[in-house]
Amino acid sequence: MPIDIDIAHVARLARLDLDPEAQSGFRQQLGVILEHAAKVQALDTTGFEASGHPLGFTNAFRPDEVRPSLPTAEVLSMAPESRDGYFVVPPALDQED
Amino acid sequence: MGLAELTIGEAAAGLDRGDLSAVELLSAVLERASMTEAELHAFLTIDRDGATRGAEDSDRRRAAGEQLGPLDGIPIALKDNLCTHGVETTCSSQILAGYRPPYDATVVGRLRLAGAVLVGKTNLDEFAMGSSTENSAYGATRNPWDTSRVPGGSSGGSAAAVAVGSALGAFGSDTGGSIRQPAALCGVVGVKPTYGLVSRYGLIAFASSLDQIGPFARSVADAVTLWEAVAGHDPLDATSYRGTYPSPRVDLDKGVKGLRIGVVKELSGEGFEPAVEAATARTVEQLAAAGAEVVEVSIPAVEATLSAYYLIAPAEASANLARFDGIRYGHRAAGATTEEMMARTRAEGFGPEVIRRILLGTYALSAGYYDAFYGKALQVRSLLQAELAEAYAVADVLVSPTSPTTAFEVGAKAQDPLAMYLCDICTIPSNLAGHPAMSVPVGLDESGLPIGFQILAPALGEQVMFRVAAEVERLAGFEARPAMVGALA
Repeated sequence: MPIDIDIAHVARLARLDLDPEAQSGFRQQLGVILEHAAKVQALDTTGFEASGHPLGFTNAFRPDEVRPSLPTAEVLSMAPESRDGYFVVPPALDQED
Repeated sequence: MGLAELTIGEAAAGLDRGDLSAVELLSAVLERASMTEAELHAFLTIDRDGATRGAEDSDRRRAAGEQLGPLDGIPIALKDNLCTHGVETTCSSQILAGYRPPYDATVVGRLRLAGAVLVGKTNLDEFAMGSSTENSAYGATRNPWDTSRVPGGSSGGSAAAVAVGSALGAFGSDTGGSIRQPAALCGVVGVKPTYGLVSRYGLIAFASSLDQIGPFARSVADAVTLWEAVAGHDPLDATSYRGTYPSPRVDLDKGVKGLRIGVVKELSGEGFEPAVEAATARTVEQLAAAGAEVVEVSIPAVEATLSAYYLIAPAEASANLARFDGIRYGHRAAGATTEEMMARTRAEGFGPEVIRRILLGTYALSAGYYDAFYGKALQVRSLLQAELAEAYAVADVLVSPTSPTTAFEVGAKAQDPLAMYLCDICTIPSNLAGHPAMSVPVGLDESGLPIGFQILAPALGEQVMFRVAAEVERLAGFEARPAMVGALA
């Protein structure tokens, strides 16, 4: 049976502004995909650890040396809006908060 | 035979002898592209000026007697999720329209050092999510063997470009089969290296524990040449492998006598086309006749592996794609607050398959569902690794079809995401395990569509993988060319 998900909540978590029609379509499709994905739950994995990395590498460190960064002007030239070497965004908080 | 039909090995020999120049080679490849692109749409960007400078530089180096790289003067195409300094890199997404990276991916830098001439950026399913190259914001790529069909995906543009000679080799990325499956559907060689052997720095991330960059070529020896040019440790990728590994080239002509070849029992039967099964069985028989010992192996976790993949990959994607927020690069929608701007930017900028996977991954990682879905999927990954280790105790390599089917019609699976996901059943296990695997063309089906044969090896097992692939190539004698190229060649 397809799995029912709270699509409005998930869309909010993912920062995706979807209209009700789009939400309804994705809710239905994800239900079917998750029903298939839930097959993992039927498998006995007792004794198997969760493996996050395929070859079990440990963390890699590099020397803490000062090195040149990317040219600021070239990086900022790709930004939708920038000023005085900074990225510009709309207010982070609602004005009424 | 036209210059665009040469293998990299043949072209390099011709350049060395002075029979041709890098500029002539590039112009043959660009002409091939101009004659096929209207039908195929393999490229998003053809960098005529940059490639011409590259070819002229190569000819000048050669004339001056300077030291040459292993790919000097060879035209190579790059999937459009590999960052190229100053050349538009979109991942086939509206959200990155117009983005010109301020740096080269490590792979791109190494190709430049090797003397390669970078022809352009090839089409893909948006953010490499798909198996057909239909999910591109800039239009689908078509299969050169039959333009009513898909080239496979997500690296469909790279596969199609190499198949028709719009590049002598190409690079793509493989997260669940995105190099091997399009290679199979387009009749070329495609390789997913061991995880960590090729730096991911500058590859726009889809699923970081699965993504690996690898080559497309028209021969196994060419694939080795391309693999050698980019493999090796890179301090800019924290998951880059630091150890040593044997060179695959030395064993290419050794044949398969005495090698143990494991046929994966679960990768056959329901869902596999008869022509694909017949070509696979014939190739296994040829390998046995050539002296290999054939054994059957069982990997019962295969079906659950597909389910695990469609939890792990979207989970990682939902985190990786959080960076596309309308602040530092790419598309930005209007919004009164930062959050409103982000949510509108992302809904406008991402296509439906990308949104579907971000939602799926966000759900699988969210409070209350994490253990049941993502945590369980990671355990299945360990189970698969244990089963593969058992298989490799009795076999040196494993083999299977690369794809259960040959190229399907454009639109056939576009409305059924789950049917599309099932295309990847044969290729996903290697990604989850971090192992190398590759596809070699071995024949055509009754409609004249190519069939790929997959060779899987344990981690760092490229030497034996390429050795078996070279023998498969000799035994299959696959020399067919797409009809649209036959008319030109």
